[in-house]
Amino acid sequence: MKKDIEQLPQEQFERIHIDSSKAERIEKPSLSFWQDAWLRLRKNKAAIISMVVLVLVVIMALIGPHLNGHDGTTQNLRHANLPPKMQGIENLGIMDGVGNLSGEKVDLYAMKKVDEYYWFGTDGLGRDLFTRLWEGTQISLLIAFVAAMIDLVIGVIYGGISGYFGGRTDDVMQRIVEILIGIPTLIVVILMLMIMEPGLMAIIIAISITGWIGMSRIVRAQILKFKNQEFVLAARTLGSNDSKIISKHLLPNVLGIIVINTMFTIPSAIFFEAFLSFIGLGLQPPSASLGTLINDGFKVMEFQPYVLLFPSLVISILMIAFNLIGDGLRDALDPKMKD
Amino acid sequence: MVKYIGKRIIYMFITMFLIATATFFLMQTLPGSPIASYSKLNDTQKAIVEKKYGIDKPKPVQYAIYMKNLAKGDLGTSFAFKGKSVNDLLASRMKPSFILGAQAMVFGTIVGILLGMIAALKQNTFWDYGSTFFAILGISIPSFVFATLLQYYVASQWHLLPVGLWNDGWKSSVLPSLALAMGPLALSARFIRTEMIEVMGSDYITLAKAKGANGFEIAFKHAFRNALIPLITVLGPVAAGLVTGSLVVEQIFAIPGIGEQFVSSIMVNDFATIMGTTLFFSAFLIVVIFIVDILYGVIDPRIRVAGGKA
Repeated sequence: MKKDIEQLPQEQFERIHIDSSKAERIEKPSLSFWQDAWLRLRKNKAAIISMVVLVLVVIMALIGPHLNGHDGTTQNLRHANLPPKMQGIENLGIMDGVGNLSGEKVDLYAMKKVDEYYWFGTDGLGRDLFTRLWEGTQISLLIAFVAAMIDLVIGVIYGGISGYFGGRTDDVMQRIVEILIGIPTLIVVILMLMIMEPGLMAIIIAISITGWIGMSRIVRAQILKFKNQEFVLAARTLGSNDSKIISKHLLPNVLGIIVINTMFTIPSAIFFEAFLSFIGLGLQPPSASLGTLINDGFKVMEFQPYVLLFPSLVISILMIAFNLIGDGLRDALDPKMKD
Repeated sequence: MVKYIGKRIIYMFITMFLIATATFFLMQTLPGSPIASYSKLNDTQKAIVEKKYGIDKPKPVQYAIYMKNLAKGDLGTSFAFKGKSVNDLLASRMKPSFILGAQAMVFGTIVGILLGMIAALKQNTFWDYGSTFFAILGISIPSFVFATLLQYYVASQWHLLPVGLWNDGWKSSVLPSLALAMGPLALSARFIRTEMIEVMGSDYITLAKAKGANGFEIAFKHAFRNALIPLITVLGPVAAGLVTGSLVVEQIFAIPGIGEQFVSSIMVNDFATIMGTTLFFSAFLIVVIFIVDILYGVIDPRIRVAGGKA
């Protein structure tokens, strides 16, 4: 063995020099927090699929109402209660315009001499359900986003001030929160809706009136954690003022958790809107939201289950997608955090 | 601990007082009147009706009377149900709501714990993904969507169980309980899974393995018992979810419970009943959260509820 090595030709070896100045060089490009999180998120198949689905739903909510030439508010009693019928798949035995008429299967389109296609059918007033579904989705998403944004702004400001300034300010602000948090959200929301004019704004205000508390508590806890750390002390020593410390040093550190929390606020706002509309406190006709559509569908479930089916499907898909994205983001942005 | 409990009880009373006050004054700003066809009455009749319900006095006096009665536990008289006190109304409707809530809670938590354990012990297998997906469905799908699905298929298409109402013994309670159970089920499944996975990685599990304890013993005797303690914390959200759910689920299945009554009293502007039910729900949730916090500290000595100072 030893002989073999000795027989190796000298010229195959080369003396290398270790340059001590390059020993500390970082080979891989350094990733920012968000690039790192994105790498982790990308591995989460459920979250990525949910994102694609969510984008599709949002696109449909935007263009859906204009796709088939019907509009969601025109009533046409001649075309009332038509089952779904769609070009192409009508030959497959589903969505072919065949509905129940006193227990028998009848092609209602032929019977009522309707040439048009209502992809998801029509309701009792002859309104196109496909158009109404996407208009409703639009409204539900709008309510959820606006409510989540209000929660975010108030929650971050309140929690930030309370945590950053501490002391007496914090004491007073936290006592208020301690009392508010005892009041069940449901009760507040219902009471607020009862006294306000029903409509979009009322629902948004009702949902966000206690919604910000969760966010403010999380932000406060985070700010408390960071504000005594060395990097903040360093910034202060170098002469940064409060607003700069908050915006440049504290907020970026808290941003991850804010994003995660917002991702969970949105589905809960969607749920509350639908819930309120379902029990009759939410949007009033003729405007449509997923909740009112489900409520309409529930009333005629026995005879025309498709009226209930589509909005239920869309709301379930939305909720699942948001929850999965939220879970994915939580794992990606803050691997240490659990439910 | 005593100091902490005392402080919490004071907060509970402040919260209840605020809710009662807010509800009272919000009710006064409500559009519409609780007395049907009020506008058709002449002035004398109006005066008689108003006097009967005590709404002829100035608002502050009404408020004082209401608060005084409330302190005695009297929630007032319903406007919609003639002459019936809100206390009686609530009491007569308590039973169905309570049965549904308890069944949903027990069933949901037990199945949820089982699912969560399976997921944690068979981490990253088909079982894990299956039960995690199921839990996501339970958290995501609104209870009223789930309830209508159950009602449509199980009751009205397959005729297995009654479609609604509360007159068929235990059969009437199955579907609404199932619909309500989805929330607790999903929450506890997720929670137990996370806790179990964390506990399974801890030192004392490694020690138990080193001692030669078998898998079953480790899972149940060591891991499960420690994972179970934090589950108490989800009781608060679960209780809130059950109350929210009961409003719609009782509506869907036409169950004569408190939730159904609350919704219908909103529809007819029955001030006294709305206030009474609001206070009842609030008190229930506040007490549940209080008990959860106290229990948590008692059961797990590692947690000191009084905060970091102790």
